Amino acid sequence: MKAIVSVKRVVDYNVRIQVKPDGSGVVTDGVKMSMNPFDEIAMEEAVRLKEKGKITEIIAVTIGGAKNEETLRTALAFGATKAIHIKDEGEVQPLTAARALAAVFKKEGASLLIAGKQAIDDDANQTGQMVAALLDIAQATFAGKVDVDGNKATVVREVDAGLETLEIDLPAVITADLRLNEPRYLKLPDIMKAKRIPIEATTLADLGVTAAAAVKTVKTAPPPTRSKGVVVKTVDDLIAALKAKGLA
Amino acid sequence: MSKILVIAEHADGKLNAGVAKVLAAASKIGGEVTVLVLAADGAAVAAEAAKLDGVAKVLVADSAALANPVAANLAPAIVEVAAGYSHVLFPGTTFGKDVAPRVAAKLGVPQISDVMAVHSGSSFDRPVYAGNAITTVEAPAGTIVITVRLASFTAVAASGSAAVEKVSVGVTAAAHTRYVKLEAQKSARPDLQSANKVVSGGRALGSSENFKVIFDFADKIGAGVGASRAAVDSGYVPNDMQVGQTGKIIAPELYFAIGISGAIQHLAGIKDARTIVAINKDAEAPIFEVADIGLVGDLFTVVPELTAKM
Repeated sequence: MKAIVSVKRVVDYNVRIQVKPDGSGVVTDGVKMSMNPFDEIAMEEAVRLKEKGKITEIIAVTIGGAKNEETLRTALAFGATKAIHIKDEGEVQPLTAARALAAVFKKEGASLLIAGKQAIDDDANQTGQMVAALLDIAQATFAGKVDVDGNKATVVREVDAGLETLEIDLPAVITADLRLNEPRYLKLPDIMKAKRIPIEATTLADLGVTAAAAVKTVKTAPPPTRSKGVVVKTVDDLIAALKAKGLA
Repeated sequence: MSKILVIAEHADGKLNAGVAKVLAAASKIGGEVTVLVLAADGAAVAAEAAKLDGVAKVLVADSAALANPVAANLAPAIVEVAAGYSHVLFPGTTFGKDVAPRVAAKLGVPQISDVMAVHSGSSFDRPVYAGNAITTVEAPAGTIVITVRLASFTAVAASGSAAVEKVSVGVTAAAHTRYVKLEAQKSARPDLQSANKVVSGGRALGSSENFKVIFDFADKIGAGVGASRAAVDSGYVPNDMQVGQTGKIIAPELYFAIGISGAIQHLAGIKDARTIVAINKDAEAPIFEVADIGLVGDLFTVVPELTAKM
């Protein structure tokens, strides 16, 4: 049984985001890039399912320019058995990404797509659900716990009201939330070994995917800044300051 | 003129409070607003929705297949009704985030997530990088699906009386998905994400046992309890308490950051808090740069005193 894990290269979560002065986007030149943290969780879950013998193959897929190969190398170091790079230099819309992943899913005869619930750059939280819609298969988003048993999966979802349990038949899409697992630290030998694994290259055109109508980003601005507040000396002063704001 | 379809999230026969905020976003777009209630029996929810200002009409689609909020069942029903609408709006909740992309993909149209400001029927602001940047986006021609960031809009009043109409949808429950159960959070403390007040502890707490000082204070003021990633990674508290870019992004009225240095990833999660109070013994900690009120001191003496006096 094959699982696909979609992985995205994003600005590392520890980097302080700087908006370009001309409003054309955020600074990414010379900035540390990493695998999207939610995709790391998805990758870890796939590896654990493989270790438990629930799945046999893990195919990591990314869409983007040449540098995205680094992200696939990370996925291979985690334990992906195959990596596919859908080469595209443009800005990929979530619906286009979903069409591409759906095409790979069908081509590979996969049973499961495990994706991060969202990427921490565009924060869209769309792609996994869109893949499930395009393939007309089950989806379980915001997964906090996944049990795969043959062709079924029981997923505990972290919804606003609490924990919701769904039982789904495979093929299916699962999107990983923060609590699903704690990704392992990659070991140097695994990282070295991953460098020697060939990566399969393809394009949207090869997959027969047409790009979706684009939502254009017109302007990027920094968020409103918080003005620096006051520093108080004692607990009594703190309570007085809170009272002045009507908060105590 | 825009024709706007607002999807009514509901549970236990009650309309979700976020829908009134979605209607505020809908009124900014301008046009005729229809609310769609999908349920096993949506009469009570529809009656509630009909009272909200700006609603022209409420459609109720009753079907046994819609008894539970399963995206695979809701999406085809919404797609059926959505023909002819220019905008399909969802609340930016886990419900909306789950269902909206499934609708957009089925319609073959784009989705704009987390809309925080409306400039026109096709121009919107939305946060990226956990709110560290705000983008203005322009939608292409055709229908668009939107999720509305609830923290950015004020609920409309409930002084209207729209007509309620039944609509039939040809939906059958998908065989591949079985809804098992919902376990509502049992904690007596307010939910971290919707709490008006939140108290978070950081690495400086030093241990799981020491977190008691945070819990005691939170209980005294009726606050939800959070933690920094450092505290979670050190194993002091479980993952679901993490506030920050990779944890929960929250917007309480009052936020206490206690023994938290203020790493970027934490600050990204609290940007929208109305008032931030920082308590830290390091006067140089970055948290003081964003705090409205700062107190430099040892949390183990300051917090118990605060608990006693507040």
